[in-house]
Amino acid sequence: MTLTMFELVAFTILTAATPLVIAAIGELVTERSGVLNLGVEGMMIAGAACAFAIAIVTGSTALGILAGIGAGMLLSFIFAVLVIFLAANQVATGLALTILGTGLAGLIGSGFIGLKRDATVHLYIPLLSDLPLIGKLLFSHDLFVYLGWALVAGAAWFLNRTRSGLVLRAIGENHQSAHALGLPVRRVRFLAVLFGGACAGLAGAYLSLSYTPFWAPGMTAGRGWISLALVVFASWRPVYAFAGALLFGGATVLQLHAQAAALGIPGQLLTAMPYLATIIALVLLSMRRRRGSVAPASLGSTFMPER
Amino acid sequence: MTAQKDGKPALVSMRGIVKRFGTFTANDHVDLDIRAGEAHALLGENGAGKSTLVKILYGLLEPTGGRIELNGATVSLESPEAARAAGIGMVFQHFSLFENLTVAENIALVLPAGEKIESVAARIEGLTSRYGLKLEPDRPVWTLSAGERQRIEIARCLLQNPKLIILDEPTSVLTPQEADALFSTLNLLRVEGRAILYISHKLEEVRRLCERATVLRAGKVVATCNPREESVRSLAAMMVGTHLVDVRAKPNEAEGPARLSVDGLSLKSEDLHGVSLKDISFAVRGGEVFGIAGIAGNGQDELFSALSGERLARRAGDVHIDGISVGREGINLRRQYGAAFVPEERNGHASAPDFSLSENILLSRHATGEVTRGLSIDVTAAKSIARQIIDSFDVRMSGDDPAARTLSGGNLQKFLVGREVSRKPCVLVLNQPTWGVDAAAAADIRQRLIDLSRQGAAVLVISQDLDELFEIADRMAVIHQGEVSDARLTREVTREEIGLLMAGETARGEGVSHAH
Repeated sequence: MTLTMFELVAFTILTAATPLVIAAIGELVTERSGVLNLGVEGMMIAGAACAFAIAIVTGSTALGILAGIGAGMLLSFIFAVLVIFLAANQVATGLALTILGTGLAGLIGSGFIGLKRDATVHLYIPLLSDLPLIGKLLFSHDLFVYLGWALVAGAAWFLNRTRSGLVLRAIGENHQSAHALGLPVRRVRFLAVLFGGACAGLAGAYLSLSYTPFWAPGMTAGRGWISLALVVFASWRPVYAFAGALLFGGATVLQLHAQAAALGIPGQLLTAMPYLATIIALVLLSMRRRRGSVAPASLGSTFMPER
Repeated sequence: MTAQKDGKPALVSMRGIVKRFGTFTANDHVDLDIRAGEAHALLGENGAGKSTLVKILYGLLEPTGGRIELNGATVSLESPEAARAAGIGMVFQHFSLFENLTVAENIALVLPAGEKIESVAARIEGLTSRYGLKLEPDRPVWTLSAGERQRIEIARCLLQNPKLIILDEPTSVLTPQEADALFSTLNLLRVEGRAILYISHKLEEVRRLCERATVLRAGKVVATCNPREESVRSLAAMMVGTHLVDVRAKPNEAEGPARLSVDGLSLKSEDLHGVSLKDISFAVRGGEVFGIAGIAGNGQDELFSALSGERLARRAGDVHIDGISVGREGINLRRQYGAAFVPEERNGHASAPDFSLSENILLSRHATGEVTRGLSIDVTAAKSIARQIIDSFDVRMSGDDPAARTLSGGNLQKFLVGREVSRKPCVLVLNQPTWGVDAAAAADIRQRLIDLSRQGAAVLVISQDLDELFEIADRMAVIHQGEVSDARLTREVTREEIGLLMAGETARGEGVSHAH
C-alpha cells in the first residue's frame, strides 16, 4: 500500500500529538481539582525509561506499559503526599519532581541505551483499514493513539456530565466552600494527582515503546512542559487540549518535512517552530479572553482543614 | 432528655461547650437550647464567640469540651456531613458558592447520594414553587447579585431537608426588600416545624423574626430572653455590657462651598469581575457628612480608588479638591492638597499588618513632610504622632508600639481613622469605616467623623450599613452598578426609597431634585 503525502503527514501528526494529548489530559484533570503539578516532564521520562526497561527484560509490551504507568503514579504519589498532606509548595515540589524523574530515568535506562525493540503493533481491520484516506487515519494506529482519544472523550464526559466530575471541579474552584459542604477535598485531589501521574507515565511509555522504540536520555524533549502549556492553552477543556496537541504535533511534523525539503532555513530555527507556535498561541489566547475567569480558582493553593 | 420549663423538649441542646484556641477561650461553657419551629437569635458583638459556636454545631470545629444533644440523645458532629445527616443545615455569611459553576451545578453538589444529577432541575422547580425561591439554573454564579446567591445557599440547605437551619448574618448583604423576601421564606420554614438559628447583630431584625435570643459576650452566655419583650437599646446593652452612648448628630444646615466634587467621572474597571464607574457627579460641601449607600460590589472600591488617586481618572477635571483639578494627580499630591483617605481593608490596604503602629504612620504621611527629614525618616516624630493618636482615640493594645496586626479590628480601625482625622484634612473619604468593628468603637468613630465635618471638613462615607448612614450622613446618594444617584437630604428620604435605589430601581421621574 502506498501512502499519499497528505496521508503520511496527517498520520504522523496524529502520532506526534498522542503523547501530548495523554499527558495533557492527566494534568488537566489534576489542575481542575486545584493542584498544579509541574512534574509532568519528570513523570513522563521516568515512565519512558521504566516502560522500555521492563519491556526489554520481560519481553512483554503490556508489562512495559504497566511499568510506565506505575512509574508515573509512584512519582505523583510522592508529589501528592508532599503537597496535599504536608502542604509543601506546589511549584517548588513539581519542579523538584521533574529533576528527580529525569535523574531516575537516566539511572534506570543506563543499561538499555542502544537496545532496540519492535514498535507496538498497529491496528489492522480488513476493509476498514483499507478505506482510502480515513482508513489509514482512523483505523490503523496502535493502542496508544486510541487510548489518547478515549481519554479526551472520557475526561470531557467525566468532568461535564458526572457527579464525581462536578465534585472535582467544585474542589478546584473553591476548596474552602467544598470542605464546608462536606466534599472530600484532599481525597479527590490525591486521586486526581495519581491520575495525572498515570497519564504522564503512559505518555512516556508511548514514546519509548511505540513512537521511537528505544531508550535515550532526554528523549521526552520537553513534551511534558508542552503538555502543561496545552492545559492552559485549552482553558482546561479536554477537547481544546486535543486540538492544541494536534496543532503542536502538526508544527513538529511540518518542521521535519521542511528540514527534509532543505528550504535553506537553519534547522535549529525549524526545530524551535513547535515551541514558538505554542508560545504564540498562548499569547493570542490570553489576549483574546478577558471576560469570565477560566482557570480553576484554587489552582496551586494549599488546603489544610481546620480540624 | 432536656425538658424545658414549658414542657417543649429541645430539638438541639448544646451543653457546656468550651472551645479554646491556644490560650484564648472562644466559647466558655456555653449552653444553648433550640426548639422545633422556633426562630432563635444568637446575639453578640464581633469576637463574642458566635461564629465559633455555630461552627461547632455544624461540625466544622471540634469543641474542647461539652456535648451536643439532638432530641435528647448525645451526638457526635465530627464533620459537616455528620451535622447534615443529623438534620442541621447552614447558610453561610460569606457564601460558600462556586463562582464559575452554574446555579444548577452549585445545587447539584448537595443532592442526596445516589440521586441522579439530572433531577436537579425538578428539585429547583419544587423549591421555587414551595418557598418562593426564584432561581435561574443556567446562570454562572459570578454574574449574580448577593440576594440571588443567598437564595442558592438556602436552596442547597433545604435540599437536605434540615430540622435546624443556621443563618449567619444573612441580611448583611441584602437590600431591605430582599431581606423582607428572606423573612417570608423563613416564616414558611418555621410553619413547617423547622427551627432557625439566626445570627445577627441587627437588633431590629431579630426583634421582628425571633421569639427567643441567647446573648453571648466574650465567649459566655450572658442572657437568654424574648427579644420582642426587649428594646433594641436593652439588647445592645446585653451584648456590649455597658450602655452605649448615642452619636450626637446635630443637623447641619451649613451651605458651605464644595470641597470635594466629582464631575462626570467614568472609569472602566481593571478587574475581571469589577464594576465600571459611569458618569458619576456629586459634590461634598465643607461641614457635612455625605453618605454613599449601596450593596457590596456595586463600584464602591472603584469609586474609592478614583477619589484617592490609586487609579487616575481620564480627565483632570473629573475630581476636584477645594476647587483644584486633581483627576490626573496621584495620591501623594491629593494628600498635600489636604485630602485624607481610609480604605476598606484594614489589614493590607490601610495598614501594613507586620509594621508597628509608628511605622504605619509613615504610610499616609510620608508625602506631607511631618515624619521625614530630607531623605531619612524621623522616627521620633512618627512615634510621638502614633502616641498622640493612641491617647486621643483610646486605642487599646498590648505593648508600646505593637505590630498593626496584633490589634483587634475595632482598635486598629480607630487608629487608622485617627491617623487621618488628626491631620485635620479638608476632605476625608472613608470606605466602610465601621465594617466588622464592635459597637462601641463604631460609635466612637462615627462621632469623630461628625466632629471633623462640623469643623468645616467635607466627609464622604461609603458604606453598606444603612443604619450608619442614617445616623451620621447629612445627605446621601446610592451607588448601583457604577452609577451614583442624585443626592438627597437624609432627613427627607426613607429607608424604603434608599432600598429601592440600592436594588437598581431608579427614582427618576418621581420629581427628584438635583441637590447640587
